Amino acid sequence: MSRYVIKRLLLTVVILWCAGFVVFTLTYLVPGDVAKILLGPEATEDVLVIKRAALGLDQPYLVQLGRFMYNTFIRFDFGDSWVFSSSVMAELLERIPRTLIIGLSGMIINVSIGTILGIIAATHEGKWQDSFVMVIAMVFVSAPDFFVALLLILLFSLKLGWLPAYGIDSWTGYILPIISSSLGAIAVNARQSRSSMLEVIRADFVTTARAKGQKESVITRKHMLPNAMMPIITGVGGGLAVMIAGSPVIESVFSIPGVGAYLLSGVNQHDYPVVWACVIFLALFTSFAILIMDLCYAFLDPRIKAQYSRGKKVKG
Amino acid sequence: MTAKQQYKRPNAVLEFFGRMTKAFSAKLGVILFVIIVLVCLIGPFFSPYDVNGIDLINMFKGPSKAHLLGCDEMGRDIFTRLMYGGRYSLALGLCSSLFGAAVGVIIGSVAGFFGGKIETFLMRLMDVWAALPGMLLCILVSNVMGSGFFSTVLALTVGGIPGTVRMIRGQILTERSKEYIEAAQSINCSSFSIMFRHLLPNVIQPVIVTTTMGIGSTMIMAASLSYIGLGIQPPNPEWGAMLATGKTQIRTYPHMLLVPGIAIALTVFAINLMGDGIRDALDPKLRD
Repeated sequence: MSRYVIKRLLLTVVILWCAGFVVFTLTYLVPGDVAKILLGPEATEDVLVIKRAALGLDQPYLVQLGRFMYNTFIRFDFGDSWVFSSSVMAELLERIPRTLIIGLSGMIINVSIGTILGIIAATHEGKWQDSFVMVIAMVFVSAPDFFVALLLILLFSLKLGWLPAYGIDSWTGYILPIISSSLGAIAVNARQSRSSMLEVIRADFVTTARAKGQKESVITRKHMLPNAMMPIITGVGGGLAVMIAGSPVIESVFSIPGVGAYLLSGVNQHDYPVVWACVIFLALFTSFAILIMDLCYAFLDPRIKAQYSRGKKVKG
Repeated sequence: MTAKQQYKRPNAVLEFFGRMTKAFSAKLGVILFVIIVLVCLIGPFFSPYDVNGIDLINMFKGPSKAHLLGCDEMGRDIFTRLMYGGRYSLALGLCSSLFGAAVGVIIGSVAGFFGGKIETFLMRLMDVWAALPGMLLCILVSNVMGSGFFSTVLALTVGGIPGTVRMIRGQILTERSKEYIEAAQSINCSSFSIMFRHLLPNVIQPVIVTTTMGIGSTMIMAASLSYIGLGIQPPNPEWGAMLATGKTQIRTYPHMLLVPGIAIALTVFAINLMGDGIRDALDPKLRD
């Protein structure tokens, strides 16, 4: 088991290197002279030359890439912002908790509400509870999260005046962003939970349990749910990754100074150290979410656990 | 023999369509989608207004008989812009999903069929590719490529490819060892012909389902992209861009925001209902 974890951690490191390479190359390919964009159209050629040298932009691609990789992955330093000349790492560390609060609370709500709704729908298949949950889920799968966010602002902030429309001056500012970024994930999760519960609901072991006279609630909890759990975990982990990747949009709707909003400002102002830092953080977070998900599989499914403990894995 | 001759084989497409629209929700989805597509394609020819025609007298006007859905901040007729914008949104969703599925199917079939080092290389590549979440790649590529239609299609495509590749490869791994592939190999079929004539038709079903569902989520992604200022740019009437302009007037003229938002949600709703219908029709477990 521990061998597997170490192997996966090493793989994560390699993936992050590659992600760093990809994001650096993509920003390198953006057309236009960055020095000119940063200094404005009136800058003279002398000033531009000095600026290019200061940012290292006059070096060939491979030298720039090498310096970026060295600074990022050996010294863990993203350098200073090209626009504000302040440390990117310090700013990023200040912003990470805000994005994580939204993503992780969204995930907790998703696991509790989405899964339960899916189970209710599956155990009442064909009845009104099933149709009701599935229609609502379909509506929220289809509505873009930023549109839902704007509707919530319209209702709760502008019409009713209960919650702030933007900013995070108090904890109430987090309520709308969390709800609007998790509604879509809850809907996806409810659909996924329903269909994976339906896969096992007619299995022989369920009939056996029922024949023994076991209580319905125990059958659902102890016999059906553990067997339906795998796709649900995949869905929840994927949902978290999608939520974190969607943070630029939600954070720009609510003007929250999180990682996503930082990334967008970096993209718009051609402030590439900011873009590199944000993308590498988001990739790191996604990799860890997937790693934890895979470990959950092994933890929950004795068949997979047995494969690892014997030291051989059937499928890579 | 006569009985066999009298038996008429049902048209496969018609049969599939009939099975798909058996459920009420799928029927509703198809009808809604056809109406939306027709309105977007034909509607603009009947509109008396120009899509970018500025009319400052009617600025911010609410819905009325002359302007069914009201006017925006430059007095442009929102319904006309909605129909033109629908062309963009639908085309973006369709092109990106189909293009992404095509690339994914090709890479996935190569990986699954040839196996060995090629497979390891391609699958590790996909691991790295998938480590950057779709929306992020989309933002970065859109930033590099600029704001045209085809650059946006490309930006929307890149995020979905690893998923399709993994799915196709997984399917091919289970099919590869079956007898009909061995039979094809024994009569000296070329790899190309085995891959695309024998394997692909047997593994394509899940791709069809995810591609259909993907059109909806791609449309949402396209709208998000123009909402944050990348992708299709104003004054082009893309739905997400219209929503972004509408957001600035959220306090005073919410109709500017509601109309394009509901249009996106309704279209994606219709596509998802169709996707569910296709999944149920293709799933052999549910067949009668």
